[in-house]
Amino acid sequence: MPELTTIETLFTPWQSLSGGILIGLASVLLMLTLGRIMGATGVLAGVLTPSAHPDTGWRLALLAGMISGPLVTLAVTGQMPAVEVTVSMPMLLVGGVLVGIGVTYGSGCTSGHGVCGVARLSRRSIAATLTFMLTTGVTVYLIRHVLGA
Amino acid sequence: MRLLTSYLIGLVFGVGISISGMANPAKVLNFFDVTGNWDPSLIFVMGGAVIIAFLGYRIVLRRTSPIIDAKFHLPDNLRIDARLLAGSAVFGVGWGIAGFCPGAALPALGTGRIEVVAFVAALIAGIFGAKGLMALSGARTARVLRRET
Repeated sequence: MPELTTIETLFTPWQSLSGGILIGLASVLLMLTLGRIMGATGVLAGVLTPSAHPDTGWRLALLAGMISGPLVTLAVTGQMPAVEVTVSMPMLLVGGVLVGIGVTYGSGCTSGHGVCGVARLSRRSIAATLTFMLTTGVTVYLIRHVLGA
Repeated sequence: MRLLTSYLIGLVFGVGISISGMANPAKVLNFFDVTGNWDPSLIFVMGGAVIIAFLGYRIVLRRTSPIIDAKFHLPDNLRIDARLLAGSAVFGVGWGIAGFCPGAALPALGTGRIEVVAFVAALIAGIFGAKGLMALSGARTARVLRRET
């Protein structure tokens, strides 16, 4: 396994649940105030193509808030969130390009479809979420247990 | 007011991602690695987020409009089509390779890690690539339609 490392991670139900609650809370607050779906794909696409999305100001502000998240977490808990990449740089870039193509054709990702869409019981988002959870699982299985074995 | 609100909501989301473990590709990929180093933490992230968003949306969407916008901007496309499913499938493959989804990678930029910057650059390239392809196929469809009429 030249390019592949698997790192054991600790089961963190309480931190993960607290983080999930904050993610849900942010989604509810954005709907309450601006009437928008909290989708990272939509926010990023809106910032990148301002001509197609005239209302970019709030998206830029939201993005700035997101990026401040780890620093505020560091300030409060004394720890920067862990980022452990398990693939080589070329694979990381391939993954990034595929994610970009996929979320553009699929009109959303884990936040927009997986959290907000599923919470609205949107059949479209539920179909999208089941699809990407399945292909992510299959990809991880193939990389770790078929190709990497 | 809009910008400050958006910034703070983005911050709540970013802190949520930071403490949940979603910003760590090793942890995300271990969630999908059921037959290997399984780490079920992400069930708690998704579960917490979806439950809060589900309950919160029930309350918020009873209003006739959001607080600082004229109307709710909810997706009106309800079709489950090949584009949605193929896009979501490709997104899953990319997520399974890299371990970052857009909603986790954007806040993770705040850690200043070069891997995150590289992933987001590739993500942006993928978004522009897909948008370019869509524009090309859109133009071709328009030409075909013109010829047929």
